[in-house]
Amino acid sequence: MSAAAIKKEFVKGLWTDIPPFRFVLGLCPTLGVTDTMFKGFGMGAATLCVLVCANFIISLLRKVIPDEVRVASYIVVIATFVVCVEMVMEAFAYELFLSLGIFIPLIVVNCIILGRAEAFAKKNGPVLSIVDGLGMGIGFTLSLTALGAIREILGKGFIPFTDIQVLAEPFEFFQQAPGAFVALGLMLGIMNLLGKK
Amino acid sequence: MEAEASNFQHFFELVIVAVFINNILLHRFLGTCPFMGVSKKMDTAIGMALAVVFVLTLAAFITYGVRQILVETHIEYIQTLAFILVIASLVQFVEMFLKKAIPALYKSLGIFLPLITTNCAVLGACIYNIDEKLNLVDAMVMAFASAVGFGLALVLFAGIREKFETARIPAPMQGTGIALVTAGIIALSFYAFKGMI
Repeated sequence: MSAAAIKKEFVKGLWTDIPPFRFVLGLCPTLGVTDTMFKGFGMGAATLCVLVCANFIISLLRKVIPDEVRVASYIVVIATFVVCVEMVMEAFAYELFLSLGIFIPLIVVNCIILGRAEAFAKKNGPVLSIVDGLGMGIGFTLSLTALGAIREILGKGFIPFTDIQVLAEPFEFFQQAPGAFVALGLMLGIMNLLGKK
Repeated sequence: MEAEASNFQHFFELVIVAVFINNILLHRFLGTCPFMGVSKKMDTAIGMALAVVFVLTLAAFITYGVRQILVETHIEYIQTLAFILVIASLVQFVEMFLKKAIPALYKSLGIFLPLITTNCAVLGACIYNIDEKLNLVDAMVMAFASAVGFGLALVLFAGIREKFETARIPAPMQGTGIALVTAGIIALSFYAFKGMI
């Protein structure tokens, strides 16, 4: 296992395969909790933790888990870590826990995590799987934070975490449900325009 | 008589709110992955919609019971883990039952059933019922109505998406990009129902 291989697995999650743009998976949290930048970041970080832990455990158990029951086994592993993250968040970041609400238990059914288990951790060793989880998780966090920032700036008119007003009349639309779909769709278009470099 | 009438009104409100106003897909962002994934053709969209209605109503009934057991034994914190296991085994069971008992229905729903395990609409609606502290009947009506709302949005969307094939769409927006923007516009049109109640 060379440093180059590790770097390759890490970097792919940040641009060429960045979720949720390159893989259209995990859209529910992407749309549901990105009305502010902070919530988007919090959701991304929670997903990152679960993704790295689940990838690690699943790659360790990859020779033990029988093929027929693998999806059920993966879900148990993922759900265990989700419960852990849920409890940690409730204890140390209570406000974030409340604002993310139902989307925290729903990390269990985030297709990105199950997808990485199936596509990567099942076939690769623990070190590479952790790196893959880190790359994908950070990519997902970046996407959610960016989308959250865009929606917050356009929808509220303020730059996140500051009092600097950029829009005198903010587009309320982007704070609401339809705006989430449109913002993500346009962002996807821009990503495609920039190309897969 | 009066009690009956107010009962009817109560259920009517519950259904209207769940189907049109707080639509599970367009307002609460649950189940967006299958929404994007299986909406390319009308037939598959209808199959998925029926499967979700069927499983979600059953799941609401069973998770209600599971929740009672968890509360009795003071282990509410494993709710997420317990629910996803129940849903996964329920889906498996329904699949086996339909295969034996109603092969025709199994054939038309067949491939969509396993996908439902990772449909966050199912887990989301069950957790929502618990959070809102609904009683058993309300919970089942709510779950059924949410699933109908999901099906309605999915079928509407599939109808529009079939037209994409002949439409002239800018290259970077093709595929998911334009689909998301369209979903946003559908969500916006559902806002018109807000005045109903």
